[in-house]
Amino acid sequence: MYNFSYQKVSSVADAVDAIKKADDGKFVAGGQTMLPTMKHRLASPSDVIDLGGIDELKGISVDGDTVTIGAMTTHAEVAASSDVQGTIPALANLAGNIGDPAVRNRGTIGGSIANNDPAADYPAAVIGLGATIKTNKREISGDEFFTGMFETALEDDEVITAVLFPKAEASAYMKFENPASRYAIVGVFVAKSGDIVKVGVTGATACAHRGLRLEKALNGNFAAEAVDEVEIPVEKMNSDIHASAEYRAHLVKVMTKRAVEACS
Amino acid sequence: MAENGVGASVRRKEDHRFLTGKGSYTDDLNVVGQTHAYFVRSPHAHATINNINTSAALAADGVVAVLTGDDLAADGIGPLICGVSVTSDDGEPHRAPVHSALAQGKVNYVGDHVAVVIAETLTEAKDAAEKVEVDYGILPAVTDTATAADDGQEQIHEVAPNNQCFNWPFGDKAAVDAAFESAHKVSSLDLVNNRMVTNPMEPRAAVGEYNSGTEEITLHLTTQNPHVHRLVMSAFNQLAPEHKLRVVGPDVGGGFGVKIFVYSEELVVGWACRKVNRPVKWTSDRTEAFLADAHGRDHVAHAEMAMDENGTFVAMRVNTTANLGAYLSTFATMVPSYLYAFLLAGQYSTPLIYSEVKAVFTNTAPVDAARGAGRPEATFLLERLVDVCAEDMGLDPAEIRRRNFIPVDAFPYQTPVVQCYDSGDYNAALDKALALADYEGFAGRAEEAKSRGKYRGIGISSYVEACGIAPSAAVGQLGAGVGLWESAQVRFNPTGNVQVFTGTHSHGQGHETTFAQLVTEQLGVPIENIEVIHGDTSKTQFGMGTYGSRSLAVGGVAIAKACEKLIEKGKKIAAHALEAAVGDIEFSDGNFTVAGTDKTMNIAEVAFNAYVPHSYPEGLEPGFDENAFFDPMNFSFPAGTHICEVEVDPDTGVVEIVKYSAVDDFGKLINPMIVEGQVHGGIVHGVGQALLEGCQYDSDGQLITASYMDYAMPRADNVPSFDVDYAPTNPPHNPLGVKGCGEAGAIGAPPAVINAISNALGIKHIDMPATPENVWRAAQTATS
Repeated sequence: MYNFSYQKVSSVADAVDAIKKADDGKFVAGGQTMLPTMKHRLASPSDVIDLGGIDELKGISVDGDTVTIGAMTTHAEVAASSDVQGTIPALANLAGNIGDPAVRNRGTIGGSIANNDPAADYPAAVIGLGATIKTNKREISGDEFFTGMFETALEDDEVITAVLFPKAEASAYMKFENPASRYAIVGVFVAKSGDIVKVGVTGATACAHRGLRLEKALNGNFAAEAVDEVEIPVEKMNSDIHASAEYRAHLVKVMTKRAVEACS
Repeated sequence: MAENGVGASVRRKEDHRFLTGKGSYTDDLNVVGQTHAYFVRSPHAHATINNINTSAALAADGVVAVLTGDDLAADGIGPLICGVSVTSDDGEPHRAPVHSALAQGKVNYVGDHVAVVIAETLTEAKDAAEKVEVDYGILPAVTDTATAADDGQEQIHEVAPNNQCFNWPFGDKAAVDAAFESAHKVSSLDLVNNRMVTNPMEPRAAVGEYNSGTEEITLHLTTQNPHVHRLVMSAFNQLAPEHKLRVVGPDVGGGFGVKIFVYSEELVVGWACRKVNRPVKWTSDRTEAFLADAHGRDHVAHAEMAMDENGTFVAMRVNTTANLGAYLSTFATMVPSYLYAFLLAGQYSTPLIYSEVKAVFTNTAPVDAARGAGRPEATFLLERLVDVCAEDMGLDPAEIRRRNFIPVDAFPYQTPVVQCYDSGDYNAALDKALALADYEGFAGRAEEAKSRGKYRGIGISSYVEACGIAPSAAVGQLGAGVGLWESAQVRFNPTGNVQVFTGTHSHGQGHETTFAQLVTEQLGVPIENIEVIHGDTSKTQFGMGTYGSRSLAVGGVAIAKACEKLIEKGKKIAAHALEAAVGDIEFSDGNFTVAGTDKTMNIAEVAFNAYVPHSYPEGLEPGFDENAFFDPMNFSFPAGTHICEVEVDPDTGVVEIVKYSAVDDFGKLINPMIVEGQVHGGIVHGVGQALLEGCQYDSDGQLITASYMDYAMPRADNVPSFDVDYAPTNPPHNPLGVKGCGEAGAIGAPPAVINAISNALGIKHIDMPATPENVWRAAQTATS
C-alpha cells in the first residue's frame, strides 16, 4: 500500500467537499474491493475519504411497496433485516450469500454498486427489481446506472445515498459461483409483478444487464421451459479460465430457469 | 493400555496454545533493531539481465542495503542444491543447472529472485524495490510440460540440452514389450496430473540474526526440518559452519512438503543479516507464495496395461513427462523417479513393469514434493488405468482389483519395481470399504438420482504408498545425499517430569501429543508431565525432520528405543535401591518392582536417585537421560481402499461428493482422533486436486492462477462427512507396528473422485481438476 491521506467525514456534504479538494481522491465505503487493490499497490489514491461515519447513509426502511436501503448498509444487515426478508426475501438471500462473513460485515450495498464489479451480485438485483439509485444529486434508474466494466453513471463528486427497491410479487436470485472466488460466474435475478417480468444478469458480460430476450420469453409464459427457446448471444459473454463464453451463455439459461422455478 | 497411552484419542496438548492465540510463528518474532527484506522478482518468465541499477533504490528513504547475485557470489555463498541424483539413460547424472539464490545474468521464471532490498520498514523496502532498475532482454518462454523437450524449443539452461533434466528408464523393456505383444487385451490411457500450489495457511517466513560477538547466525524459519536446513546451508551454501548456525522452526502453520526445501529467500536472509549486521525479517505475502513456493505434481503420462483373458495384469508400461520447473528444488529429482515409478505396482501382482520418466525444465516455479510426492501421481495413473481395464474387460471395478491383488499370504512381497511390501491385506480393506460404502446398493441410488435428473457415479481407489522414509542404505544406493534415520532423546528431570527431544518437526500433525502418548505408555509417566521438544538445532540433537509420513514410523521408534534404554538403566538403579538382583527387577506402569514382592519404586524416584546418586550402583553413570537413533530396515506401506460417490448435475457440470468411505491400513493407531483428522485432511487435499486446484501458466509464463480469486482451494462445503474405518495389518519391520497416515488421503482420493465422475458420465476419462465446465462438456456426450 502506498501512502495516502485519510479522512473520515460525517456528512455527505463534507464528503463531496473533501473529494473536490483532493488531488486524486477516492471514497471508501466497506473497502472490500478497494483496500485489497490498494494493498496490492494497484491503486494509489492521494486521499481516501471514509463514508463510514455518515449516519444518514445507513439503515433500512419500508414505505408501502418500496424498500429503501441506505448506501452504507452492510450485506449482513440486509441479509438479517426482517423488513427485507418480509418484503423481498430474494434480496435478503442474495445479500446473505455475498463473499464470506468478513466481507458481509464490512461490505456495503452502495460500495458494491458503485464499484460495479462485473461479477458482483447486487447489480443483478438492482436491474431485476428495477431499483432506483438515489444520489446526492439525482435519482438514477437501475437500467441506466451500470454503464460498463467497473463503470457507472456516477460523477466524480456524486455519492450514492440509498437504493430504492420496489417490491415484486415473486423474485429469486440464482448464482453460479466461481469455485475459487465465489463471485458469480453467472447470476440471474428474476422478478415478476403482474404480467411484467424483469431479469437482471450479472457475471456473464462486461457489466450487469437486463436479459431482454429472456424477459420477452417469460412475459408471455412465466415457466422454465419458456427459456429453452431463447438464444443467448455467446459473443457478448465473458470468457476466462473458469468459464468459456459458450458455457456462460448456457449457464445464463440454466440459472434463469432455476430462478423462474424458485419464483413459483 | 496406560491412561492416555497408545490407542487413546487424547485431545491435542498443543491445541491450547493454538486455540488461545499463543502459538508462536516465525512472523510473530520481532527482534530489536530488525530490518525488513523485500525481494525484487522477475516479471518475466525468461530473460537475460543486462544490467541492474540499484542507485535510486539505495538512495530511497530507510534503505539499509540493496543486494544482488553479484554480492552473493562475491561473498562465496554457494548455489541452492538438489540432494538426490538420478542417472539418465545416457549413463550421466541428471542435468543440474546452477541455481543462485539471487539471479546471476538470467531469470528463468516469473517470481525469480533478482535482488533484495533491506530497509527499516517493509513499506520502505517495497517502495525502494520499485526503484531498482533492471534491464531485461526478454526471451521466449517454455511452459508446456508435454512439449518442453521438443526440438526447436527455446533452451533454458545450457547444461540441459532439449530442456531435459533426465530421461530415466526403469524395468525390463524387452520382457515387457514381449508380454504386451502376446497379451489378450491391452488397455491404455493418456492422463495429466495437474499442477498444484500447495498453499499452507502460514506463508513462508524467515528472521535472521547475527551475533558479531559469537559470530553465530540464528535463523528462524518456516521449516519442516531445521537440521536439514542447517546442514545444507552450511555444507553446500557456505552460509556458516554448522556449529555457528542455529536454525529454529518454531510453530509452523502447515507444511505439506513446501517447507522441506531450502529456498532463496531463507538463504538470503541468513546471509544478509550478517552482511548488514542487523536482524533481517522476511515474510512471504500470498502472491509471493503462489509465485515462488515450490509447486507440486505436473505430469503428462501415457499408461498401458496388458491383460490375459481373465483380466489378470501381465505387464504394465508407462511413459511419463514430469515438469520440474525452472530450477531443481531440494528434492525435485526424487519425486517423479523413485517416489513415483517404484510405486507403480500398487496393490497388484503385475509381474512386469516398465517405466520411462523424462524430467524437463520449463520457465515455471520449481516443482518438488507436495503431500504424497510421487505416490499420488503413481496412484492416480494406476487406479484410473485399472478402471479402464475393468471397462475394457467387462468386469466390475471391484472384481478386477480382487483378481489382481497381491494375496495376503504373499507378504513380504517383492514388486518388480524395487519396493518389497512387508505387510498388507488388500482384500480386507476392499471388503470393508465396499460394505461401508454400501456398494451393493449403488444401483438403486443411481436410479433414484436419475429421477431427479442427476448422474450418480461410484469410484474405487485401492492405493499403496511407501512411507516411513526411509532406510538410509536404500536411499543412499538410489542417490540420496543424506541418511533418513531419526533421533530422539528422552530426558528425565530430577523432579520426575520428562522432556522428549525429537529430530522430527510438528507443523500440524500433533506430535506433541502422539509422542507423549508413546512415552506415557512405555514409561508410565502421566502425560501432563511429558513435554515434546522439537524444531531448534540448539535444543535438539540432529534429526532429519518431518515429511513422507515418517515421524511416527521412524521418529517414534527412536523415542521408544530411548525409553527402553531408560528402563534398562532404571532397573540397575532400582535393583541397588531395593537391594535386589537386576535380573529380578520388573518394570510396568511406571514402577520398578522386585519380582514376586511388593518392594517397588516409581520411575520418578529412580530418576531422582540418578541425579542425586548418594547411594548408587558402582560404576553406573549418574543422570537419567538417554538418546537413540533409528534407521528403518524398510519403508512402511500404508494401503487402503477409498470409495467416492458423486452426483453430477448435467445442466451445470457441478460435481457433488455425496458419500466418501475410506478404509485404511496404517498398522497400529496411537491416537485414533489425530489419525482420523489426518485422513480427513488428506482426503480434502485429494478432493482439491481432483475437483478444484489447477495451477495455470499462460504461454508467456505468467501465472494466471496467482491468487485465491482464481486458484480454488477446497472448502468445507466441497466435501461430505467422511466414513472412515481401518483394516490394519502388522508391519514386521516396525517395532511400534505403525505405518504412517499423513499422506494417505491425498494419495487415495484423486482417483476415487475421478473414477466416480467417469462412472457417472459413462466416459473413459476426465482430467483433473474436473471443473464444472469440463464436466458439463463431458456430460454432453455422456451415456448415463
